[in-house]
Amino acid sequence: MDPSRKRAIRLTVALTAAVLLASALVYVSFTAGNKEFTASQLLTKGKAGQTYELAGTVLSGSVQRDGTTLLFRIRDPKLPVSVPVSYKGIVPDPFAAGRAVMVAVEKGAAGTTYIGQGNSLTTKCPSKYQAAAAS
Amino acid sequence: MQYLFVFVVLAGVLLFVTAPLRRASSAEPSLADANLAELEAAREAKYRELSDADLDHRTGKLSDDDYEEIDRTLRGEAITIMHDIDRATIDPQ
Amino acid sequence: MALIGRALLLIALGTAGFGIWASIYGVRNGRREWVDAGRRSVYALAALATIAFVILEDAFWRNDFSFNVVANHSSTTTPAFYKLAAAWSSQEGSLLLWVFLLSLWSSLMLFLVRKRAREVTPYATAVLLGFAAFFTSLAAFWANPFSTSSTPPSEGAGLDPLLLHPTMMIHPPMLYSGYTLLTIPFAFAVGALVTGRLGAEWISLTRRFALAAWLFLGIGILLGALWSYTELGWGGYWAWDPVENAALMPWLCITAFIHSIMIQEKRGMLKVWNVSLVLGAGTLSILGTFLVRSGILDSIHAFGASTLGIPFVILIAVMVMGSIGLILWRREELRSDARLESLLSREAVFLFQNLVLVGMVFVIFWVTFFPLISQALTGTKVSVGPPAFRPFIVPLALILVALSGIGPIIAWRRVTVANLRRNFALPVAAGLVTLFVLLFLPGGPRSRPFALIMFALAAFVLTSVAQELWRGVAARRAMTHDPVPVALVGLVRRNRRRYGGYTVHAGLAVLLVGVAASSSFQHSNDVILKPGQSASVDGYAIRYVRPVETISSQKIGFGAVLDVTKGGKHVTTVTTVRNFYPSQNPNDGLIGKFFDTSNADSEVGLDQNLRRNIWTVINAQPTPLASLINKGNNVFAAYAPQVMTKAAKLPPAQAQAAMNTLWEYRDAAVSEIAHRFVTNPWPTEFLLIVAPLVSWIWIGALIIGLGGLIALWPVPSFARRRAQAPSPARPPAPPSPPATPPRLPVREPV
Repeated sequence: MDPSRKRAIRLTVALTAAVLLASALVYVSFTAGNKEFTASQLLTKGKAGQTYELAGTVLSGSVQRDGTTLLFRIRDPKLPVSVPVSYKGIVPDPFAAGRAVMVAVEKGAAGTTYIGQGNSLTTKCPSKYQAAAAS
Repeated sequence: MQYLFVFVVLAGVLLFVTAPLRRASSAEPSLADANLAELEAAREAKYRELSDADLDHRTGKLSDDDYEEIDRTLRGEAITIMHDIDRATIDPQ
Repeated sequence: MALIGRALLLIALGTAGFGIWASIYGVRNGRREWVDAGRRSVYALAALATIAFVILEDAFWRNDFSFNVVANHSSTTTPAFYKLAAAWSSQEGSLLLWVFLLSLWSSLMLFLVRKRAREVTPYATAVLLGFAAFFTSLAAFWANPFSTSSTPPSEGAGLDPLLLHPTMMIHPPMLYSGYTLLTIPFAFAVGALVTGRLGAEWISLTRRFALAAWLFLGIGILLGALWSYTELGWGGYWAWDPVENAALMPWLCITAFIHSIMIQEKRGMLKVWNVSLVLGAGTLSILGTFLVRSGILDSIHAFGASTLGIPFVILIAVMVMGSIGLILWRREELRSDARLESLLSREAVFLFQNLVLVGMVFVIFWVTFFPLISQALTGTKVSVGPPAFRPFIVPLALILVALSGIGPIIAWRRVTVANLRRNFALPVAAGLVTLFVLLFLPGGPRSRPFALIMFALAAFVLTSVAQELWRGVAARRAMTHDPVPVALVGLVRRNRRRYGGYTVHAGLAVLLVGVAASSSFQHSNDVILKPGQSASVDGYAIRYVRPVETISSQKIGFGAVLDVTKGGKHVTTVTTVRNFYPSQNPNDGLIGKFFDTSNADSEVGLDQNLRRNIWTVINAQPTPLASLINKGNNVFAAYAPQVMTKAAKLPPAQAQAAMNTLWEYRDAAVSEIAHRFVTNPWPTEFLLIVAPLVSWIWIGALIIGLGGLIALWPVPSFARRRAQAPSPARPPAPPSPPATPPRLPVREPV
């Protein structure tokens, strides 16, 4: 086979593989991802039965434990609202009231409960790069 | 005392960094020297290739025929580089 | 001393600026002395950064809380080792560490190449000093490690307890060494592009530093994984966290570069690809540094937003635009000298491997930054977690492992079918035998096809490496007649790049076997236990024998002794503790501050061997002690002011004695309350994990490190055998190669 034709075929195969990979990546990202909401967005836009990434700060005084279930409220960064979360799973060591956290939650059918998905809770390390934020 | 230390450090840095400027300027390496260095690096790389091909042959990755051909090609390329080095050394222009 | 430190930063900035100008002026005007002055600026910068760093470390050592960074990240009770390492747990200290390491590595590089690449090096010097100036100006003007307070506290805030772990203290210097070492190939690539000197020389100069960067960055990543596994209470070693990914991406890039430069060295191919990889790796290393401190992505590592985001974004934009511009400008000089002859060749394997590695970088980059990408495209941030990585990374990793086994046993340029048969027979057989044995093994891994394939591929890789070693030793012995161990050492010594690389491949196979096994076949149980109760995990019975407490000036620990049995036979006994460190918040009370759950860490109870790990962690909470703690707080809230008021009226010695008595009472109260955990234990949560072959991950990493060191070690100069080489004094021979090749260097033993 003519070498330049060989090269053209190889290039075509490589580019096709790259396009397929990129397309699969884009598809998986948009379908498997969860929307990131704050507490206020979850209250106003969240749909029952859907899973969202809830980001915010743990409300002081809201942390309780009931057996292996962790109960806490996540406060909106700007508005004076919070949502209650019931979470079962690994709790990172830095988790505490006043810390920034993210957890995947499913909005309950009644719209008042938010069930944290197992092992989805992440906590930001206490900031070394800015002054301590008010909790 | 701290100011004195800072002054000493600053003076030291200035003296050290500007020392070459106070010396008689040395001959600037020419373009030919840079070309020669490039060729010598290419030669070293070619020697490594020869050695690798030899090792590939001894460990059975290359058949005798393939090795002969590759070795001939590499040696030819090495000779070309060495000739270029000779030319660059004798006639830097 | 802080004044000196601040002044040194400013002098360093001025030196860097002068050095940039001197280097470029010198090279553009043929003024060697200015180029030398530019190089000396780097040496001077290294000296200044070293003195500044020593001043900072001294402040930590002496507990000089007038330094804000010391007051915020250390305390009198911080152990000495962690005091010295606390310097880089802060934004300010870590920036100074960056400058320190960058200037040291740059000085070393420029010293080593001071007589070579005289056109390229001055531009590389200017780029390196540019990076140094950037980080020094951040330290001098935005996050100054030498900022002080006129009213220093008597006690510091202490180090975050999660960082009180040896691996966490070595992890940042290793990572930063990797990042700063990556700037060196970047700088020389820029210099090569600016000057158009894109031949073998810049590659040979920077290859070793690229390898060193790869090694240090790899060690840093490994230490982070080890810390995660042994210190954090989740039982895993890799979370696909954005900051973890930020270190992995440049490492994958430079791994690709280390392989593909061999193709450029041998065949003059992939020039655009190689400069792109180096420039990409350097840019990704700055991106990684940026991610940790910008807060743009939610991460357990992202230490919150800082004001440094904008300067970093500008620097990254300059690096990206500049890189693209330079490559486009020099695209003619970057044309390949040769073409890929055959898909059955080592060049083709390296090329596929590069594509796989870059594919992995692309996947990791896309998924990591997807929240920002989705926000830019749709207005809504969409998070994708670890499940988004696996469908792509796992198959790509399998292909990578396969290629790492094929590469060593396939020749350059092309191979014949007969040779393929000869070289592949044994490794493929080993892989297939492993596959079938595991497939039909009772209780084997057939339920996890990817893990099964990984085990088979690992057998293939290890066999191919072993075959190569065996044949190499045999070839050497055929010439030298040395005993096998001597021949092996001689073989590796003379071919460090090759056999160092093979060692790395073997280590990779071992490591990925550990990853595949531990992630596919892990069993866990999250339970509440009282003393005497048991839980079972993967056939092991884990009994909570008794509670333990540890009390020291640093921390209070609530722990448990756990006894592990299987089939009635004792396996091991482990102890796991949850430590609480005193808080600095006065609202917590004089007693409550010692039971602060927001300042806690875990000591994992771990029993590991080659076969399996038993990992346990206690999640003890002081909640049942709340009423006692509150009572203690109230008592001391009333009592302490009285003592302090009386002490204020006493002479200093008596006042101190009165205060000491107060603190003794307080400590006794804290001990008595903490002791309730042992005398009146309450049901406590445990996370219990049994995972196979975790140790293989660390063993594989050690093998990879060993291979890297072998490859990095300086090679004895290739002997200049002058016996048959043409003398340079003779007139040049005709350019075309003669029909019979003249004799070149005599073949030495391999």
